[in-house]
Amino acid sequence: MIFARRVLAIAWKDLVAEWRDRESITAMCFFAFLVLFLFNFALGGDQTLIRGASSGLLWLAFAFTAVLGLARSVQGELANDCLDGLLLYPAEREAIFLGKLCGSFSVILLVELISFPIFSVLYNMDIWSQLPKLLLITVPATLGFATAGTLLSAMTVGLRAREAMLPFLLFPLTIPLILAAVRGTEVVLRGEAFELAMPWLKLMAAFDVLFLVGSLLTFELLIEE
Amino acid sequence: MVKAPDPMSGQSVERTIAVLTVVGLAAGLYSAFVYAPADAVQGEVQRLMYLHVPLILISYLAFFVVFVASLLYLWRRQSWYDAVAHSSAEIGVLFTALSIAIGSIWGRPTWGAWWTWDARLTTTAILLLVFLGYLMLRTLVDDPSRGATFCAVLGILGFLDIPIIHMSVVWWRTLHQPASMLRPGPSAVAPDMQVALYANLVAFGLLYAYLLIKRLQIEGAREELLRLQMELLG
Amino acid sequence: MDVPYSGCRMARVDGLTGPFGCTPAVETRALVKWYGAHPALRGVDLCVGRGEILALFGPNGAGKSTLLRILAGLVRPTAGSVQVTGLEVGKNGDGVRRVIGVLAHGHQLYDTLTGRENLLFAATMLGLDRAAERVAEVLTKVGLETAAEGRVKTFSSGMKRRLALAKLMLREPKVMLLDEPFTNLDLQAAKLLEEFLVTSKAAGVTTLLATHDLTLGFTVADRMAVLQQGRVVFDAGRDEVSRESLRSLFSLHGELWGGE
Repeated sequence: MIFARRVLAIAWKDLVAEWRDRESITAMCFFAFLVLFLFNFALGGDQTLIRGASSGLLWLAFAFTAVLGLARSVQGELANDCLDGLLLYPAEREAIFLGKLCGSFSVILLVELISFPIFSVLYNMDIWSQLPKLLLITVPATLGFATAGTLLSAMTVGLRAREAMLPFLLFPLTIPLILAAVRGTEVVLRGEAFELAMPWLKLMAAFDVLFLVGSLLTFELLIEE
Repeated sequence: MVKAPDPMSGQSVERTIAVLTVVGLAAGLYSAFVYAPADAVQGEVQRLMYLHVPLILISYLAFFVVFVASLLYLWRRQSWYDAVAHSSAEIGVLFTALSIAIGSIWGRPTWGAWWTWDARLTTTAILLLVFLGYLMLRTLVDDPSRGATFCAVLGILGFLDIPIIHMSVVWWRTLHQPASMLRPGPSAVAPDMQVALYANLVAFGLLYAYLLIKRLQIEGAREELLRLQMELLG
Repeated sequence: MDVPYSGCRMARVDGLTGPFGCTPAVETRALVKWYGAHPALRGVDLCVGRGEILALFGPNGAGKSTLLRILAGLVRPTAGSVQVTGLEVGKNGDGVRRVIGVLAHGHQLYDTLTGRENLLFAATMLGLDRAAERVAEVLTKVGLETAAEGRVKTFSSGMKRRLALAKLMLREPKVMLLDEPFTNLDLQAAKLLEEFLVTSKAAGVTTLLATHDLTLGFTVADRMAVLQQGRVVFDAGRDEVSRESLRSLFSLHGELWGGE
């Protein structure tokens, strides 16, 4: 009970901070928009090419945006030595991990939801009829990304090069998630049978379980100096 | 503390492995470039397989050693296990990079391209990236014991992630378009070729063992230096 | 690596039996910390009795902050043992975190939250009952009951310090680890902190106070210790040492102390 309250308290204070500043969310949304916008030029405005590559572009934009969000979440704890303060509470270390995870996950998911209409307009895609299915792909992919990202942030937080190191460690490990999300989104956007996305959902589930369990088991070891 | 191996027996073991490695590599190269027949289709360039395949297989072994040593380090907290993991990861990265480079040279005349997004090739490249990150993280963390813990966690999760990565890449290739038909290596390997392949596998296995021993000695010397420094300053 | 234990020097504190036979609130033995090839602590034996206030002097880089961070369980020592209220730091981290309170260089407050929200967050993390009530209480004590509705971002540095003090009070610590708590304090806040130290001491709270300020050390501390290059080079009760002798010690090490 107290465990859950601590998890929620940490996530709550991250989200409140986010809501008041709207700094990260604005920056992340703008970034996602910019990436989606610029990809158009990379593909030379060829409509069939763009439609074929659209889900890949969408998830590349999300991956970059998510890294931005994870970095901001860490930045918030580094200011005023808040991270030390957080670690000094007699709270379960797992609660601290899950709290930070919930905060990052919510922010990233929110940005993705805001980006869907932008994507829909820019790439002339009908996503509204497919939204529930799209969420079935988006949620596990984002969860896995946020989990691995939060764990790796605990390793890179003390480094001067943390902003560069986080994506360097995160992207190779999360390639299965990106591939799964891209293919799953393709299945949904092309209106193919959802069964085709099932293996990808299972793959994402395997990834999420591996990193969640791994994080909960090892987070305590990572945060003590 | 790094276990100090008994100097006499340690040295003789090391020397034996060194001699065996030299002999093995010589025999391996001979069997690959002289003994084995040229490939009927690909010609002489196919001989690169005898280096490419053993290198990648031994690097898989090296990363498995990283995984086991990392688990042992987190469990026992002895820096020797970390030294093994670190050393093995370095050799694994070296062998993977060599294997990819050789494969690329082999691929150019065979496929007409330095690189293709074949499933196995892609997985190997991702593997290289994961463990390059592992080595880079270690150099960036100032406190050695923290770096060891971080890398142990990364080594374990990175290794367990490989099957997931591989599955995703295979499905990515096969569920989307027909499997790549240009795959390196003949489907049926002639007996002479098998001999050459195994000879090289053993030779590179020995090379791995030798490099690991040497690398651990450096790690031991580093630890000794730190200990002396502590005695002097502490 | 074994440094012989130098024994426990402890000033007499009312209600305690003295150096022998009392349980120390904080005890370190042969404490060593290396950062790579750089020694931060080189065998620190320290023993602080319950209800004692120990002033920890020393130049920058002497290891004061490292010592306090190890006691708080934020840093793992290279060698040696640490106990806080009989609990071994590192083995019983949660137990130690339940009894300690820390004031450090950074005030550890979230800028975007209001003062009250910061304390409510702390109360939840500490698992306190009647959180709102207790938060209101400590806010009154530090004189921030109305200002607490503003975001910490808008606070003056003195107000931030007072809020940090309120957060410390909320924890009701048994052992306080204070790292230069009097820097950046306005007069009112300094007075508050001093009062808090005195009332806490009366309640049996043990305090380790890392500071540069000699005068302050003499006003509140029962005991002074000087840390230099990772070692305790001086350790005496207030009665055993005159201000002049300590000052001469300071000037003796003047070149090392840099400024003070």
